[in-house]
Amino acid sequence: MRTKSGAALSGLLAIGVVLGTGACGASKTESPGAAGSCDTSKGTLVVGVIAPMSGKLSAIGLGIRNSVQLAVEQANEKCAVKGYQLKMDAQDDEANPDKGAAAAQRFADDANVVGIVGSYNSGVARAIQPKIASTKLVQISPGNTDPALTRGAEYATAPKRQHENYFRVVGTDDLQGPYNARFLVQDEGKKRIAIITDGKAVAENMATEFTKEIEKLGATIVGREKVNENDSDFSSVLTKIKSLKPDAIFTGCDYSISGPLAKQAKDLGLNVPVSGNDGIFDPQFIALGGREGDIAASVGAPIDKLPTGSAFVEAYKKKNFPEGYGGFGSFAFDAANVIISSIGKVTASAAWTGAPEQRTALVKEVQAYSTDQGANGVVGFDEYGDSKNKLFTVYKVTSGAWKDVKSGQFEAK
Amino acid sequence: MATLAQQIVNGLVLGALIGLIALGYTMVYGIIKLINFAHGEVFMVGAFGAHFTSAYLLPDAMPWYAALPVLCVAAVAVSVTVAVLMERLAYRPLRDAHSLAPLITALGVSILLQEVVRVFYPGATAPLPFPRVFVDSQLTAGSLIVQWTGVLAVAVSPLLAAALHWYVERSRLGRAMRAVAEDPDTARLMGIDLNRVILATFVLGAVLAGLGAVLYGIHYGQIDTTMGFQNGIFAFTAAVLGGIGSIRGAMLGAFCIGMVKSLAGQYAWGGAQYDYVWVFVLLILVLMFRPQGFLGRLERVRA
Repeated sequence: MRTKSGAALSGLLAIGVVLGTGACGASKTESPGAAGSCDTSKGTLVVGVIAPMSGKLSAIGLGIRNSVQLAVEQANEKCAVKGYQLKMDAQDDEANPDKGAAAAQRFADDANVVGIVGSYNSGVARAIQPKIASTKLVQISPGNTDPALTRGAEYATAPKRQHENYFRVVGTDDLQGPYNARFLVQDEGKKRIAIITDGKAVAENMATEFTKEIEKLGATIVGREKVNENDSDFSSVLTKIKSLKPDAIFTGCDYSISGPLAKQAKDLGLNVPVSGNDGIFDPQFIALGGREGDIAASVGAPIDKLPTGSAFVEAYKKKNFPEGYGGFGSFAFDAANVIISSIGKVTASAAWTGAPEQRTALVKEVQAYSTDQGANGVVGFDEYGDSKNKLFTVYKVTSGAWKDVKSGQFEAK
Repeated sequence: MATLAQQIVNGLVLGALIGLIALGYTMVYGIIKLINFAHGEVFMVGAFGAHFTSAYLLPDAMPWYAALPVLCVAAVAVSVTVAVLMERLAYRPLRDAHSLAPLITALGVSILLQEVVRVFYPGATAPLPFPRVFVDSQLTAGSLIVQWTGVLAVAVSPLLAAALHWYVERSRLGRAMRAVAEDPDTARLMGIDLNRVILATFVLGAVLAGLGAVLYGIHYGQIDTTMGFQNGIFAFTAAVLGGIGSIRGAMLGAFCIGMVKSLAGQYAWGGAQYDYVWVFVLLILVLMFRPQGFLGRLERVRA
């Protein structure tokens, strides 16, 4: 009965949380708050947020919203944008591209909106980008990891900036593979690695980048196999891989394939770790068969372990938000601060009208922004709009849960 | 050598699981000449029925030998209910329609069932872990390793097929089924209740699908809403390969497919990513030279 009552309870909780936060979100954005001591004679500027605040990803989305709220309140307390009061407007995209695009369109049509923090999902960003490209509204994502969003479909061979007004503060998928490879070879001493993919573009690209790095490091790829994404029986492919005697298996697939894969590897007595990327960094991977010692390399880091993150964590806790900051709150906080700092510079010379040339000026300021004191350390953008901060973390399944083992910057070699 | 033996064992396990679904395809086709594409979904809802029972109705700490029969009963009950509703509401009204109508309806029912489960079953938008209600360890013989759940599947599946065969050959209802398959109009003239026989055929297919669903769940440790589609395609292919309408043929076809998929992934050109290709190459070759399948009868054109 445990599961039943558990499910009912979490359902009730979810309803409570939605109702509760709806109410306090409204009161927070409407009250003048601590801006009383600042000059706000020129009006109100809005920082838009697009994130999945309901559904499976709500923990991440609400963390993003609250973190932007925190950045906005801090800016108002410090009179960061002279003459203006800042406000946050958060829209729920439900991880749905259509909803995200509609919200972005609304923001783009509103002259008071200075920029968007969002989306979390790469698929949503793909829908948002063309909607707002011509309006020059700046967008900074705290969670998109698809490299094509910044560098185009041929990002590996012929990268080309996609949108002047799109930026992100997290590392991309194409670096996860190499980061994973370095961990396996340098930290775990793996020499013979087998690869399994499901034929999806993300997985294939990840595996290719992984292979390059493995070979650079002097280890061997003993085999690379492709499974059908609808398959559930991997015994044949695993038997084949077992005969190649690997000491680790790299998977480019997400948890829905990698979980059963890990289980069936165990069933066949293939007791080597399965290693994957953010797609398997999910409790569901363990529920479906992930074993002790299986590995995931994902973007970002547990923020409370970063020296620069403690100020953010403390400030967040003081606000008593009903939800935690989640895996991407600190990135959203950094993204919001980029917008706040840049809008301060643009409005220092002229009043904000929301005209396209002002939005373009804001995009230029964002492009030039650089600090090493963000919650995640370095915040800044390269010529494609990608983050200069390439922070990754390796997690391992330990006593039935993911536990972080190692965080670090990805340095290109 | 060890690898070859292991791949043969892998193929046997897969074949045993596909076979239980293939029996449902072959029986329904044998009786009313309908390819019931929704049969894969009968299998799928059975798995979800068992999952529901385990997650929401059974106490957590229950020994497997007590839980497994309960889950089997639950899966069979759900599968049979869905199959009966499907027959009554979707197929029976179309029995005298052009044969394309029930075929398209079957596809519709298949998508409907998948979507209903995906939308309304809690958590079914992603694969769900299936309870481990059987010995969760392996049988090791030399370098050969088989999960005990696989041993169970290989043991149980042919037994069930044999029981079904015996029932169709020996029982009164079985004789009625064969009569309807031979010639429905004459069978009706002889006093056979057509509706009852057809319904019974759907029920028998669903019982096997439900049991197959539990075996599948405990072996792979997970279920999802598309499992019926994927395995249904294999099962349908197995039924055609073995000779649709033939019970022994369906089982034979299923083991063939399991074996080809497993061995082709290891030895054939292209590796695991082409294993489906070889399965269907085999199907095409067999149909070219023996259109009725391994054990099927050539259909006579009725006057």
